[in-house]
Amino acid sequence: MSEAMIEAHGLRKAFGQVRALDGLDLAVPAGSVLGLLGPNGSGKTTTVSILATSLRPDGGRATVGGLDVVTEAARVRRVIGLAGQFAAVDPNLTGRENLRLIGRLSRLGRVQARVRAEELLDRFGLTAAAGRLVRGYSGGMRRRLDVAAALLHRPAVLFLDEPTTGLDPESRFALWDSVRDLARSGTTVLLTTQYLEEADALADQVVIISAGRVADTGTPAELKARFGMAVFHLDFSRQEAAEAAHAALASAGYRPRRAGAGLQIRSVAGTGELAGVLRALDGRAPDPVSVAVREPTLDDVFLSLTRGGEAA
Amino acid sequence: MSTIAVESRPVAGGRVAAAWTAVADAISDTADVAWRNLLTQLRTPQALVFATIQPVIFVLLFRYAFGGAIHVPGVNYVDFLMPGIFAQTVAFGAVGTAVGLSGDLRTGILVRFRTLPMARIAVLGGRTVADLARNLLVVAVMTGIGFAAGFRSPHGAGGLFAALGLVVAFGYALSWGFASLGLRVSDPEAAQAAAVPLIFLLVFTSAAFVPSTAMPGWLQAFGTHQPVDALVNAERALILGGQAAHDVLISLAWSGGLLVLFALLAVRIYARMGR
Repeated sequence: MSEAMIEAHGLRKAFGQVRALDGLDLAVPAGSVLGLLGPNGSGKTTTVSILATSLRPDGGRATVGGLDVVTEAARVRRVIGLAGQFAAVDPNLTGRENLRLIGRLSRLGRVQARVRAEELLDRFGLTAAAGRLVRGYSGGMRRRLDVAAALLHRPAVLFLDEPTTGLDPESRFALWDSVRDLARSGTTVLLTTQYLEEADALADQVVIISAGRVADTGTPAELKARFGMAVFHLDFSRQEAAEAAHAALASAGYRPRRAGAGLQIRSVAGTGELAGVLRALDGRAPDPVSVAVREPTLDDVFLSLTRGGEAA
Repeated sequence: MSTIAVESRPVAGGRVAAAWTAVADAISDTADVAWRNLLTQLRTPQALVFATIQPVIFVLLFRYAFGGAIHVPGVNYVDFLMPGIFAQTVAFGAVGTAVGLSGDLRTGILVRFRTLPMARIAVLGGRTVADLARNLLVVAVMTGIGFAAGFRSPHGAGGLFAALGLVVAFGYALSWGFASLGLRVSDPEAAQAAAVPLIFLLVFTSAAFVPSTAMPGWLQAFGTHQPVDALVNAERALILGGQAAHDVLISLAWSGGLLVLFALLAVRIYARMGR
């Protein structure tokens, strides 16, 4: 692992009685993508706001590119870009005007700001809409402009706060491609999301936060492996049948979870264990109407963590 | 820990050159933000129209509806009225500064600005400079309306322009006061609701529409010791003729004092945001 471009130690922040961050630690290697995953209110936006210098922590310390986000905030601002739910573009300016303005305020010269604005409009497919007021843009166009605005001064570190929340799938995938391109070109990205799928698709490393603290961390593959190799779904169509199967499997040493007429079994060993599961049912419960095997998703990991223990 | 070499500007002349660069950056950023605010206002002309309609209605009301019942010895009432209207126009116009900044706070533009390597002063400077430009426009329109309603500025163009200069200076100082309010309230309607009663109090206890001598003593005591009254008196001295120096100095002192006080307050609030 290379050196950390973003580091946080014991970050704390309270809003009145609410503890948004309660001793958060992070380390993001240069050139990697970190997915910060958590439900609403878990402290994702607060973390990004502190790292992007718009909020001061109550305690703890954070650096971006080796620069302290509190005492060297002005220098940090030269190397970061921020886009996301709470950093906006101006609805009453055109896309082009927004980018030129933010380019100028990012310390680009007049000519350079114009050139960069056109480059980014082109890169994000906004050239045709560049002369229109942003208030007439679709949600997807607005988000793309927002990300473009964060990239004008070619920041080494990009913060994306829930960049695809509320976007349709097509816009979401387009944004994912942009993030992948940026990561490939060496930009360090910290991305917050509520979508496990998104962290899985983009992040080199995932940090799951809950109540302002790190609940778990690892690569998407590690988290999934820790959770198990496979998940079996058995559907019995009748509740009594599922109950009988539940009892049969439990007595055979499995830990099935029942949802209505279905059972879910997490397997550490992998798909090969399915035969054993079915054998355990033989003669003790009706045959399932359908059997499905899938890889565990980050949802499984996440639900098991935030429900405090019992997985699957 | 990996470090980024933040390219520092050439500091051939050392600190002095760096300071000049910082000042040049601050001016350039302020101009850019002011331009953005003006464009935004032109594209939402409703606010500008309403900012103009209210004083126009007051001109019509006081000139034609109430004016006949108000007698100010020695002058045409419309010549007495217009200095009051000018003061009222910029006083209510300053509410726009609060509304604009609180809108920026709500939309999230301020968060973006706070994470850019721009000069910190430019958010407030750009907003107040844009509002100054808007005041110039609205005051020009009001002067035209005044002339249409019979206003003649008896002491000539020089006196009128000097008076309008005082008006705009007062409006600028007041803008900084309302900037603080706008930074505290992330709801433009609430910012407006908080600001308007204050302006009403200052305008209607002053001599803007009627001579203070017509008010009871306790009200006069307040009404004649506040900046709107000082402004209106100085304007009248310049527009109607007479000993102007004393009143002009008092009005300038109010505007200058308020500007310094309000600017320090607003800059402090802005600097402490996010703590």
